[in-house]
Amino acid sequence: MHKTSAEISGMGHSMKRKEDGRFIQGKGNYVDDVILPHMVYAQMVRSPYAHARIKSINTDAAKKVPGVLAIITGEDLAKANLAWMPTLSYDKQMVLATGKVLFQAQEVAFVVAEDRYAAADAAELVEVDYEELPVLVDPHKAMDADAPLLREDRTEKNNKIFHWEVGDKAATDKAFKEAAVISKVNALSPRCHPAPLETCGCVADFNKATEKLTVWLTSQAPHAHRTVFALVGGIPEQNIRIIAPDIGGGFGNKVPVYPGYVCAVVASLTLGRPVKWIETRSENLQSTGFARDYHMTAEVAADKDGKVKAMRVKTLADHGAFNAAAQPTKFPAGLFSICTGSYEFPNAFCEVDGVYTNKAPGGIAYRCSFRVTEAAYLIERVMDVLADDLKMDPVELRQKNFIPAAKFPYKSPLGWTYDSGDYHAAMKLALDTVGYDALLKEQAEKRKKGELMGIGISSFTEIVGAGPAHTFDILGIKMFDSAEIRIHPTGKAICRMGTKSQGQGHETTYAQIVAQELGIPAKDVQVEEGDTDTAPYGLGTYASRSTPTSGAATAMAARKIREKAKKIAAFLLEASEEDLEWEPGKFFVKGAPSKAKTIQEIAFAAYTNIPPGLEAGLEAVNYYDPPNLTFPFGTYIAVVDIDKGTGEIKVRRFVAVDDCGNIINPMIVEGQIHGGLTEGFAIAFMQEIGYDESGNVQGGTFMDYLIPTAVETPHWETGKTTTPSPHHPFGAKGVGESPTVGSPGAFVNAVVDALSHLGVKHIEMPITPWKVWNILKEKGITG
Amino acid sequence: MAKKELIKLKINGEEREVAAESRMLLVHFIREQLGLTGTHVGCDTSNCGACTVLMNGKTVKSCTVFAVQADGAEIMTVEGLPSNGALHPLQEGFKEEHGLQCGFCTPGMLISSYALLKKNPNPTEAEIRWGISGNLCRCTGYQNIVKAVQFASKKMAQGGK
Repeated sequence: MHKTSAEISGMGHSMKRKEDGRFIQGKGNYVDDVILPHMVYAQMVRSPYAHARIKSINTDAAKKVPGVLAIITGEDLAKANLAWMPTLSYDKQMVLATGKVLFQAQEVAFVVAEDRYAAADAAELVEVDYEELPVLVDPHKAMDADAPLLREDRTEKNNKIFHWEVGDKAATDKAFKEAAVISKVNALSPRCHPAPLETCGCVADFNKATEKLTVWLTSQAPHAHRTVFALVGGIPEQNIRIIAPDIGGGFGNKVPVYPGYVCAVVASLTLGRPVKWIETRSENLQSTGFARDYHMTAEVAADKDGKVKAMRVKTLADHGAFNAAAQPTKFPAGLFSICTGSYEFPNAFCEVDGVYTNKAPGGIAYRCSFRVTEAAYLIERVMDVLADDLKMDPVELRQKNFIPAAKFPYKSPLGWTYDSGDYHAAMKLALDTVGYDALLKEQAEKRKKGELMGIGISSFTEIVGAGPAHTFDILGIKMFDSAEIRIHPTGKAICRMGTKSQGQGHETTYAQIVAQELGIPAKDVQVEEGDTDTAPYGLGTYASRSTPTSGAATAMAARKIREKAKKIAAFLLEASEEDLEWEPGKFFVKGAPSKAKTIQEIAFAAYTNIPPGLEAGLEAVNYYDPPNLTFPFGTYIAVVDIDKGTGEIKVRRFVAVDDCGNIINPMIVEGQIHGGLTEGFAIAFMQEIGYDESGNVQGGTFMDYLIPTAVETPHWETGKTTTPSPHHPFGAKGVGESPTVGSPGAFVNAVVDALSHLGVKHIEMPITPWKVWNILKEKGITG
Repeated sequence: MAKKELIKLKINGEEREVAAESRMLLVHFIREQLGLTGTHVGCDTSNCGACTVLMNGKTVKSCTVFAVQADGAEIMTVEGLPSNGALHPLQEGFKEEHGLQCGFCTPGMLISSYALLKKNPNPTEAEIRWGISGNLCRCTGYQNIVKAVQFASKKMAQGGK
């Protein structure tokens, strides 16, 4: 690929971010910063119970609070047929509870008042008379004969959502029968929450005169949300404008449509005034899309030399009260079937059962391309168990079973075609960087002295970038994505995409793609996303899909522009198109480089000196349907020391070698990796949304759902190999989620490795000092 | 509506006098009464630090201070960081070192870093990490924020501010 000048800053330049100027000056425009004339505020009334019949709701006292304008209940919504809404997974979800509540913090009533304090006062005074019902918390009991029936609205009178399976069961079972070694692990990927620093919220503004509804929304997928609003609310789609302004982090949390959004729209339609609803952090953690809650069992069959023969996976998925999983609709377990990972399994079989419980609905893909984090964790964990069973070095076991670079594209036994990879190269770089052999020696010496040190490896494979459209859709909408580029007469540009940045730096990276393809300096390219009235339709940003889809669309649209530019250049240079050559920024006549026209001159001519037979202007749009997913990969190595007295774990080193194909902006890629590793660290060691037996949330605030601070967070060492995607227009793969997907396995493997000589085979996440201390106590290591 | 109190304070060098309910939180007062929306709200338990402002030279989480408590005080928010139209070295540092992604924690981070450098112009990495430990970031993993503060510390030592 031609490396552009720093002035142009195309692919591969660590250009400083164009969006930063407003953020460092406190001039970002997040949803809660939107303040409109006559705007009113809303507060949700939520259920204190996990499962209870609603006997009555009394709003008399609440209505008397000065400033209260409206109180909406489920019964009110039912009259407009809005008490329920569809989820993205062919289930439905209560907007406001009617009849009963199914999880603690469920939405029961919506109070609107002149200011947020009055709304909060009134919400306190809404009296709801509940009759408690038996609570189902443990998903393993969901299918028991005596389990309480949660979803009385369904035809099926049980708590089962789905059974899904993939792979060749008979061949897999046969391989297990013939195997010399079978290793097994039961591993929980605990319920956690993306917890972006900005919570969810909206400002809904229905203008009664124009009948136009404008919604400022914390949305990772504004176009899809517009369509959902049109379908649910019956409002003509052209009369809905969704604006996703600056978004304070998403990580999957801002993909679903939440009841608060629907209520705010209803309230604005009713009152004819803008209605702001911003959830609190507690509401965010307790009611919006959680992630994971996968109760997994993996078995691996291998020969005595450690060559793997088959993998068998059985998983119980807890989706909470409604199946509100935000994922491709035909994939009830997302892309979990990537669980054979980086290894050449001849056979595999995977099954997942989804059940309802009295917990918040979900689950969403938290910085994860739909259950890939669960899958990567599971395979990396069970490979370590197999290594331990075989008394083999986990590095050697992995190297022995890696899909060789020469075998790509590689068809996995569970049906995916991996586009490209060189797993040995990434592994080698990680081992060399961390100094693996020296660490093994140090560990052996420490063990002799009774000190606890562990090394954890994770050689993950990701699957990102959904489409392709023939396989993936959300509620029928195909998972393509889009870009539109307009070149102004002075050679500057504006582009708009169907995706939506939540901190990933799209305003910079998309501009760099245009710079690479057209030679227009990235600083001259304005990128806009998130306004459905102006941007082309797209499915949004999640699943590391922006670069694989809209990034590709940007390159394709730019290439269309280049084709037209070539015609204009030929006209201006009085040469034939065949005689022209391109380098970023200009067309020149072959063999006569001084006979050239810059893209800026060409753009000016497109409006001022139009060649006969050509349309005026210089713009293009592309809706890109990727031919396949992309498969980023890497090897992560964690080194931990454990304090014998307290069980405290210190991550001494963490080396992350990533391969995400060709890189647009190395600085941004590294930043994504730092952030994702920190989230993976939190998942491995700190975070769980737990529930007590009555269904009370145990991780419902930042006091007990822990976010690592700068003090706990390890220092990250990053490295890269580059294996381009063969099918992506510029060989990129996507990177945002690799670190969250790949790192939990490395952390857990490191802690288990530190304790493996004591007979420890597995520890469930989050691995807290308390858990480790108890193990040390049980093993007689500490007093 | 509850009774309103007249609150007089100096914010980013400007004298303001605005009435507010006595229970109004300082962060809502700053954002909604004074129109300075750079200061953010990220939690309801004083954990996240997105609302950090300087009050009489000390960092406070403005979600945990009533506006009336700031009567007569001197407040500085992110909007008060640049001087004479030029960015503060910390603001430059956050951009140069990629110390922000979504930007939501950034104003609070900047204020905490500013307070740290006032007290300790040449902090070690550990001192920086402790200095910003009252501020949560979900995007960056803090490593580049540390570098951003180091950038500013160096630049200020060279007379940048």
